[in-house]
Amino acid sequence: MRKLSLLTSGIAVCVAGMAFANDDLVSQMDNPKQWAIQTGDYKNQRYSQLDQINADNVGDLQVAWTFSTGVLRGHEGSPLVIGDMMYVHTPFPNIVYALDLANDGKIVWKYEPKQDPDVIPVMCCDTVNRGVAYAEGKIFLHQADTKVVALDAKTGDVAWEAQNGDPAIGETNTATVLPVKDKIIVGISGGEFGVRGSVTAYDMNSGEQVWRAYSMGPDSDILVDPENTTHLGKPVGADSGTNTWEGDQWKIGGGTTWGWYSADLDENLMYYGTGNPSTWNPAQRPGDNRWSMTVMARDIDTGVAKWFYQMTPHDEWDYDGINEMILTEQEIDGTERKLLTHFDRNGLGYTMDRVTGELLVAEKFDPVVNWTTGVDMDPNSETYGRPAVVAQYSTEQNGEDVNSTGICPAALGTKDQQPAAYSPKTQLMYVPTNHVCMDYEPFRVSYTAGQPYVGATLAMYPAPGSHGGMGNFIAWDNTDGSIKWSLPEQFSVWSGALATAGDVVFYGTLEGYLKAVHAETGEELYKFKTPSGIIGNVMTYEQGGKQYIGILSGVGGWAGIGLAAGLTNPNDGLGAVGGYAALSDYTALGGQLTVFALPN
Amino acid sequence: MNYPVSLFAIGLLAGLPFIASADNLTAAYSEDGRYFTDDDVPTYNIAEDGTVDWLTFSGFRRYHAECHVCHGPDGEGSSYAPALKNSAVDMDYYDFVDVVTNGREKVSASEQSVMPGFGENPNVMCYLDDIYVYLKAHGSEAIPRGRPPKKEAKSDVIREDEDACMG
Repeated sequence: MRKLSLLTSGIAVCVAGMAFANDDLVSQMDNPKQWAIQTGDYKNQRYSQLDQINADNVGDLQVAWTFSTGVLRGHEGSPLVIGDMMYVHTPFPNIVYALDLANDGKIVWKYEPKQDPDVIPVMCCDTVNRGVAYAEGKIFLHQADTKVVALDAKTGDVAWEAQNGDPAIGETNTATVLPVKDKIIVGISGGEFGVRGSVTAYDMNSGEQVWRAYSMGPDSDILVDPENTTHLGKPVGADSGTNTWEGDQWKIGGGTTWGWYSADLDENLMYYGTGNPSTWNPAQRPGDNRWSMTVMARDIDTGVAKWFYQMTPHDEWDYDGINEMILTEQEIDGTERKLLTHFDRNGLGYTMDRVTGELLVAEKFDPVVNWTTGVDMDPNSETYGRPAVVAQYSTEQNGEDVNSTGICPAALGTKDQQPAAYSPKTQLMYVPTNHVCMDYEPFRVSYTAGQPYVGATLAMYPAPGSHGGMGNFIAWDNTDGSIKWSLPEQFSVWSGALATAGDVVFYGTLEGYLKAVHAETGEELYKFKTPSGIIGNVMTYEQGGKQYIGILSGVGGWAGIGLAAGLTNPNDGLGAVGGYAALSDYTALGGQLTVFALPN
Repeated sequence: MNYPVSLFAIGLLAGLPFIASADNLTAAYSEDGRYFTDDDVPTYNIAEDGTVDWLTFSGFRRYHAECHVCHGPDGEGSSYAPALKNSAVDMDYYDFVDVVTNGREKVSASEQSVMPGFGENPNVMCYLDDIYVYLKAHGSEAIPRGRPPKKEAKSDVIREDEDACMG
């Protein structure tokens, strides 16, 4: 009954969307004293209304308490706070702790799944996990081995389990899940193992699979309506998920879905991006490789796509499109619009109309980005929406076994998964970025199930001719695509930002600093060095009338692998080799939650 | 450790037996563009002008496609996995081959270190000697970090063997 009305009437969609929304989680997210979802809210704004800690007093911040997770790996994501309970997760083996905040953080329960350690080596780039989710009295954990588990939030007892993928063919998980309405929506990792990406919805109460939408393949697999699903305003047509691939390459085509998801309940849409097509050798996969590298808007109930936008057709640089989609309501050219803003690995910041999929802004959010001269913004042009590729930096045009040098950004992107924040007060986006360039040499590889399927050699180094650091923390105006201010950082900023009503923006650094800066000016107001490098996301909550700031330390992830020994620039000549900062000179492995508050 | 070339020359000249026991690095003879120690273990050869043998260059490429996502750039190690440039020097060649082929696990309360077996992966197995030789060259400081700027040409035999192995 419900599905029928949803399909037949746009009005019904709105009404049903309101009536069947997950009212529990919506109200939990609306309470600023809690941190009820990894992304802050369904809009992925990572903004808190709390203002007890503000620009005037944040300089007095002190460590209030700490908690060791017992695991020494890259700690991404953040704890959740629901009522008096805090839920802390770890990287593999994916332990979950429930801490009683009203009782000095006493451990109420601990859940430790039993996973085959064979999943560890198929997790490209560390065994990170971006945290648990909460809805309807349950905690949802998506383990490294792709098992989705629902736990009783009070006891830690298992309510249901579902196996989403198969680690034996390189399918793993690092992401959190999206609890929305009566569903849990999950993604998959393994783009470097030839996995075909998909997004899957499970019934929140039973764990039964409801729908699955692949990133490429036949229309029945990718859940499109060829006449009504659009790409830049035009129907995608039949077979759009196979007709830009040669042969069966789409079956190992990548386009994995390991980023952050957002949702608009009024439109009944969920938003996410797909990753790189595999392999990294573009010569082995001629064509646009749809729908890798694509922003996707799908119906929450059916999974059917409303619109797509492929940002980087025929990727030649590993610019995964999985970064978060931040939803806002802002004026553009005097008209209030429902916007979606996305900072892509490819170095372009996109602003779109999230209802129609219209492209409004596409600008570089790091001036050193050089692989493209920009995106064709003329709707009447043959190449509308496509980035113009600079031949010198095209690993496709230069060909196999040729080393293309000086490409900016590097494969880790101008920004990776580390999520940005948005303040409705300043109407600015606060973006953690990488400032790294690369040499890239593709070559032929063969596919073996469950084995790496890469096919390129990369060398990365700090952006030449800049400040010498490998990162920036920037403030971005998404309505015109301009940088308001930019703070140079020695290392890539690999920590998710938090903006607050106290006019403070928080982020962590790879050396381990938690930093607080002014939301208007970027002026540094506070910093504290935590026990290990930070790749987690800053969160805040209120307990007993006091505002707290929480951050996970624990260096690792891509940053810990790529930057541990320091970078070298092969184009600098031998004299400069080893001349860049090594992360191992600043921090070591760790796994700790540090919680800050103002003094009493 | 910067004199494998001169040792190689002396070895050719005199054929002295003590060279063989000196280390597992020094090239004693070459065959179709590949270099070997006196114990017939693959090794690198760096010319005075910095030109590296083909396998060392090829190993640099293959390492940075297959291995560096865990072990870090240039075999220097990472927060996730050990520095292979040292393993290649410290480990016996046959033990090195065994670990790459079959993998190994060190899983305990304080450590979750799992090396996968690459025995089924032609992108690794067809280039195992290349990767080993490259890591040994860098681990023994015969070559610095980064892409070797000059290399010997790929020999016909190496090309034929590669094609046969990759299928």
